[in-house]
Amino acid sequence: MRTRSALRAVACAFAVLATSAFAQVKIAYIDPLSGLMAATGEHGLRELEFAAEGINAKGGVLGQKLEIVPMDNKLSPQESLIVLKNAIDQGVHYIVQGNGSSVAGALIDAVNKNNERDPSHAVVFLNYAAVDPDFTNDKCSFWHFRFDANSDMKMEALTSYMKGDKNLHKVYILNQDYQFGHQVARAAREMITAKRPDVQIVGEELHPLAKVKDFSPYVTKIQASGADSVVTGNWGSDLQLLVKAAKDANLKADFFTYYAGVVGTPPALGDSGVDRVKVVTYWNSNAVSPAYEPYIDAYKKKFGATSDPYTGAMRLALTYLTDAMKKANSTEPAKVARAMEGMKEEGPFGSTEMRAADHQLIQPLFVLTFAKAGGALKNTADGTTDYSFKQDIKLDGPATARPTSCKMQRPS
Amino acid sequence: MQLFATSLLNGVTYGLLLFMLSAGLTLIFSMMGVLNFAHASFYMLGAYFGYVVSTRIGFYPALVVAPLLVGAIGALVERYGLRRAHASGHVPELLFTFGLAFVIEEAVRLVWGSLPVPYKVPASLDGPLFTLYSATFPTYKAFMMGVSVAMLVALYAGLTRTRAGLVIRAALSRPDMVEALGHNVPKVFMLVFGGGAALAGLAGVIGGNAFVTEPAMAEALGPIVFVVVVVGGLGSLAGAFVASLFIGIVQTFAVAIDYSIVGRISVSQVAPVLPYLIMVAILIVRPRGLLGTRES
Repeated sequence: MRTRSALRAVACAFAVLATSAFAQVKIAYIDPLSGLMAATGEHGLRELEFAAEGINAKGGVLGQKLEIVPMDNKLSPQESLIVLKNAIDQGVHYIVQGNGSSVAGALIDAVNKNNERDPSHAVVFLNYAAVDPDFTNDKCSFWHFRFDANSDMKMEALTSYMKGDKNLHKVYILNQDYQFGHQVARAAREMITAKRPDVQIVGEELHPLAKVKDFSPYVTKIQASGADSVVTGNWGSDLQLLVKAAKDANLKADFFTYYAGVVGTPPALGDSGVDRVKVVTYWNSNAVSPAYEPYIDAYKKKFGATSDPYTGAMRLALTYLTDAMKKANSTEPAKVARAMEGMKEEGPFGSTEMRAADHQLIQPLFVLTFAKAGGALKNTADGTTDYSFKQDIKLDGPATARPTSCKMQRPS
Repeated sequence: MQLFATSLLNGVTYGLLLFMLSAGLTLIFSMMGVLNFAHASFYMLGAYFGYVVSTRIGFYPALVVAPLLVGAIGALVERYGLRRAHASGHVPELLFTFGLAFVIEEAVRLVWGSLPVPYKVPASLDGPLFTLYSATFPTYKAFMMGVSVAMLVALYAGLTRTRAGLVIRAALSRPDMVEALGHNVPKVFMLVFGGGAALAGLAGVIGGNAFVTEPAMAEALGPIVFVVVVVGGLGSLAGAFVASLFIGIVQTFAVAIDYSIVGRISVSQVAPVLPYLIMVAILIVRPRGLLGTRES
């Protein structure tokens, strides 16, 4: 009797070993896990792992489990290429990245070359946050799929809100001096002039990325220009310090931002951001469909009441990926990528579609205002219990879509 | 006019903050000849200790307790680490402080995590002090300026008007003689290093809530502190003070200027790079810095 149960245990252990060693879909998470942007990278990893756990708990995909392999790229394009090589050597066919369009651009190039040279080790790139419009226009790739709205789509949504904003007369455009900041500045100038010709752009400024400690000089300048609104793509400490300096100098202006919701920013904004800071985003935790409520509850239960899973692109990306695998009945990258083209999924805020023409996800977008939590604002902003975001407008997927110049090259 | 007045005020404020940050570094360098790469890390430790102490017993006690803690850590670092490295010369010393900066950053990350901590300005110092044209000037900034000036006065008086200051200065130039007179020179060095670290810690307590307290804060602030010290003249306290104000004002005014130099690049765009340009220029034209006394 005893030998038999021992045998059974051995057999069980062997079975577990077998499934874990041979039947895994490995997904490499390539993002900064050390250095200046480690906090954002770690938050993304947490959400990705949480989403993968959910899928694995329901049996995974095609009898295989998802395994997330975290890889630190230190936010450097060069480092990312080394890490990518490493991932390919480990048999990874799917990578997830989001922080920094400079990194994403390098990865797209590297993936294209790799897949052409060595189709048996092909890689599919799921981009959850790098928003340079080029990636789904001139530089589009069959192997790249973007689950965040690109920066032009976001500006389109922001300016749609501005169109009806009667308090808006003078706008100041302030951005970080790099690729993304330039894109935001250009889009803001073009779209504001087109949609609100009566609005005056009273200043335009670029400042170095993550180098400014005291934003008072910039705030002084904004004040002198008489602006009533500031449009900025700033993120991280560049946004937090800007809003703080604005509060110190009593600058009475609204801030139209891209990244007021990301890790660390809501607690740093505090009272100085209430009713003043607006954000364009695909995530609005107080407007999720009933089907998604348990997801938020489970997340809060696991990571604490102050946590908000705002990187919804992670969960959506894995949903698309696993459903594409089921549809293709294969985990082979080329087949899965083809299956993902034109796929539709019901997202947390309505229907979404992975546009086949350029691999840009078309999804609802919101413009929200930083506010005190409470009442209808049940779910709080990440890292706080006192603050939340209240909805100004919601645009459904088709309203956010923009034409693409992509001429997709598909492997024959 | 409004732009000029507020910019000047902003510049002086920023300059005084820079001085607060670099005073400890200058002190350590002038007294011990050690270029401490971990200086900004002590600043960060000050901010975190300040956060912890102020949530327990209040902000004002934290102003005293946190710098003392940081100073104690600094003294221990000198006694058990730097002193050994010192025996093998300047390069190992430099590498030691360089490595220490990474160790402190990772330690902070382990203890407090990589997210910013909610370290807030105390209610009694929050809010505007006065209004200049339409812009308000926050009370906390005035407080920072006050502490910075007090730091300069206290340091200067301490080093030139007291017996302890006399021994410290003597120990730098004639260590053998001072030792022969019965003073414990290694202990003096330990105290100086601890004192420098404590000054950085104090700057951290005050700067941490004015800006953002996070593990990356040391890395972000390290370079500018060195610029101040180099421009002012390595080892010159007065030089550091002048350089801080100079850099603060130049940088602030540069932001306000929209005049473009070449093509699409305007003066305001290069403002944050200006301190480094100034440093390079100073090193070429006057290698010993504005008020420095030695050539190296």
